[in-house]
Amino acid sequence: MRMKTELNISDMHLDVLKEIGNIGAAHAATSLSELLQRKIDMHVPKVALVSFDDMFELAGGSENVVVGIFLRIEGDLSGSMFFVLPIDSANRFIRRLIGNPQFDFLTPESIDEIGVSAMQELGNILSGSYLSALSDFTGLKIFPTVPSLSVDMVGAIVSFGLIEVSHYSDEVIVIDTKIVEEEENDKSVDGHFFLLPDPPSYITIFKSLGVM
Amino acid sequence: MEMVKTVVRVGIADMNIVREPDTIRTSGLGSCVGVVLYDERRKIAGMVHVMLPDSSLGKGDSINVAKFADTGVYSLMEQLKAEGVRPMSLKAKIAGGSQMFQFGSGDTVRIGPRNVEAVKKELARLSIPLVAEDTGGSNGRTIEFDPAIGTLQVRTVNAGTMVI
Repeated sequence: MRMKTELNISDMHLDVLKEIGNIGAAHAATSLSELLQRKIDMHVPKVALVSFDDMFELAGGSENVVVGIFLRIEGDLSGSMFFVLPIDSANRFIRRLIGNPQFDFLTPESIDEIGVSAMQELGNILSGSYLSALSDFTGLKIFPTVPSLSVDMVGAIVSFGLIEVSHYSDEVIVIDTKIVEEEENDKSVDGHFFLLPDPPSYITIFKSLGVM
Repeated sequence: MEMVKTVVRVGIADMNIVREPDTIRTSGLGSCVGVVLYDERRKIAGMVHVMLPDSSLGKGDSINVAKFADTGVYSLMEQLKAEGVRPMSLKAKIAGGSQMFQFGSGDTVRIGPRNVEAVKKELARLSIPLVAEDTGGSNGRTIEFDPAIGTLQVRTVNAGTMVI
């Protein structure tokens, strides 16, 4: 199948995707707040058509080391989803969840199975709440795969989710939501949710919402 | 005049050329493969950061030659030829092609190893000897090539740094 890479994406289309990001992230932030017993805020999502290199910049640059959780979306929609956390934030979340102050994703000796499972479970809960909101909103059936975890460079992790898109284009529609944990003193940006629909799914989403 | 070293950056699905004393670098290789073609005597090198094995996989209106192993390696050789390099004097070093995650669907299954195989096939077709590689595994890599001495530095997060 050949597909035009320029899909005539209008501002209205991007607004629809922004709304999807809003609803999904609101649910995910609520789940995260409950899990961590902390106030978690989310920013109004950024939706844009960007180059692959710019996509890495959104997550702190290609070489930036992060904890990344990746899963594929299947069903009526297909695409990739990432939850990307700076090492410090991931460590803080996991130490709190499992009560082990020594846990550190960058020191292999300190990593125990429970911490890794907890991180995967965190990814499961967040993506599950994000995607069920998306499914309710669009009426589309969406099945997430089991999340997979990697501690590595942003480029190495996120490029895996761009493989499908790269068959069609050198640009990707990214729905990026920042998750922020409110601390006593300052607000630190804790993570990003990236939803990257495969290009054939753009039309499916727009049709399901009556904008195409 | 003293020569100032600069680092030429290559993005994803991108290529570039460098001469001594500058170096050339691409970061965050996962399943992608970084291919360096260089001429030891003339101290010139090119690097391409390929994402997919074969240009026949492209479904878009136009193709970016640097994105695919077959067209990427070939175009890089052509660019070096345009700089006066004889293809006979070229050698290759490659790194990348990891399996970052243990699952995939459709074309993403084994994408890293398939990229490596496709690069090697194209190098063989063009009779460019592959003199060193650091490929496979499940690590991300950042690589930097120095055309003055013909070395490729490979940096990883979990498996240290090496020079090939």
